[in-house]
Amino acid sequence: MSSSHTTPTAGSVERVFREEYGRAVASLVRALGDIDLAEEAVQDAFAEAVRRWPGEGMPPSPAGWIITTARNRMIDRLRRESSRPHRHSQAALLHAAAEPAEEGPVRDDRLRLIFTCCHPALAPRARVALTLRLLGGLTTAEIARAFLVPEATMAQRIVRAKGKIRDAGIAYRVPAQAHLPARLSAVLAVIYLVYNEGHTASSGSALVRTRLCEEAVRLARMLAELLPDEPEVIGLLGLLLLLESRRPARTTREGDLVPLAEQDRALWDRALVAEGQRLVRRCLHWGRPGPYQIQAAINAVHSEAASVRDTDWRQIVLLYDQLAAQSPTPVVALNRAVAVAEAVGPRQALALVDGLELDGYHLYHAVRAELLRRLSRTDEAASAYAAAIERTGNLAEQAYLRRRRAELADMRCG
Amino acid sequence: MKQYLLSIYQPDGRTPELEVLEPIMRDVEAFNAEVRAAGAWVFSGGLHSPDTSTVVRAKDDEVLTTDGPFIEGKEHIGGFTVVNAPDLDAALEWGRQLAKATTLPIEVRPMEYGSCG
Repeated sequence: MSSSHTTPTAGSVERVFREEYGRAVASLVRALGDIDLAEEAVQDAFAEAVRRWPGEGMPPSPAGWIITTARNRMIDRLRRESSRPHRHSQAALLHAAAEPAEEGPVRDDRLRLIFTCCHPALAPRARVALTLRLLGGLTTAEIARAFLVPEATMAQRIVRAKGKIRDAGIAYRVPAQAHLPARLSAVLAVIYLVYNEGHTASSGSALVRTRLCEEAVRLARMLAELLPDEPEVIGLLGLLLLLESRRPARTTREGDLVPLAEQDRALWDRALVAEGQRLVRRCLHWGRPGPYQIQAAINAVHSEAASVRDTDWRQIVLLYDQLAAQSPTPVVALNRAVAVAEAVGPRQALALVDGLELDGYHLYHAVRAELLRRLSRTDEAASAYAAAIERTGNLAEQAYLRRRRAELADMRCG
Repeated sequence: MKQYLLSIYQPDGRTPELEVLEPIMRDVEAFNAEVRAAGAWVFSGGLHSPDTSTVVRAKDDEVLTTDGPFIEGKEHIGGFTVVNAPDLDAALEWGRQLAKATTLPIEVRPMEYGSCG
């Protein structure tokens, strides 16, 4: 028996925590109907794991061990406090529940939890925080740091959201098939938002917040495992994997931003590229394209090219046409214009960009600046760079834009 | 089972013309009938305009009575319904139907356990 035990390191307990925290919380929320109690119990169980596993070895099923230990801890605690009749009935409930549920129901638990965290009755910011907290096991401090708000603010946001789930009676369940597409879009939006905040942090010195990228990919993988037949779920996972494949090439050793056109494509993670492309092909078979699937397809086209020059820009423009038909937003129009610049030319692209109502968005000005630069309208390009710099809080992006603006002067002299 | 208060927010000012109001009243009546048929009805009522309200405040031993409403605004609660519902999604479904019937925004808010005596 002991031969199946491996000696755990701090790192492997940490890994079990990352992978199993959400599952354990989800399972106990189902048994208890109380998010706070479930979290406390799971945290207690992990604290015990840290104490015991290094001496006793890793149990054959770490997840099962955590859930069983958390459940026993909870029963003990509720018994001790059973003067309160409410708690007594909770203890009875836990006791009656079977041993750790089999794979099927456990899957449902996590799915229930993510739909609860992303209920439209919760404020969007609270959905993000709660999802990272309950399914990702991130501490309140970590989430606060990632989104650059004071820890007290984040704590308050999470407490308020949990209170609303409890008091307003937000059900712990997966919505019925009829409501699934509408509710699923909130879940996908939360995961995409987490990834985007990691991909280009909205402020601070680092371009990328790795932990958020990894967490978003983990959540997307989990969702794809739970809902393997929802095209947009697979599309989102494909999109994130393809974006993630380029992360090693997006910054220099010093943390400077490297745009797609200048990236060393040998640094792209080939395994992630292959997996992302495989998922895009799976989406094509369904023939039910949605915004995430189309964006994944656009990134798949990028990932097939050996260089910017080799990129099939016409294909990318066509995909943007399709995306614009589904979500006709100014940001989509801006991205489409970038592809038009490569496929047709900067003059045509600039005509598409001018007049978009995106004055507050730094990338609008950055794109205009690049197009004006290619048209040798250097003075206008310089003021567009200035407008872009003013509108981003990310220091790595600012530094990149300043470098580009400085190069304009060289153009003029040369 | 929980109880939820569905508050109807109504813009202050003139009552709409009869030809606007009549179909709305018919839809609201149909909504009320449906809530009752489902066994979810607890209580409902419409209110006179906010300028008919009076605010009473107790201060030390005195009671101060002033012309209401309590908060100045462009909208006030024009009526409400209390329903029984198993969870928020079910209450929101009633809220959605009431919003369609009244064409007005509806606030759905859980009632505290035991607050109805």
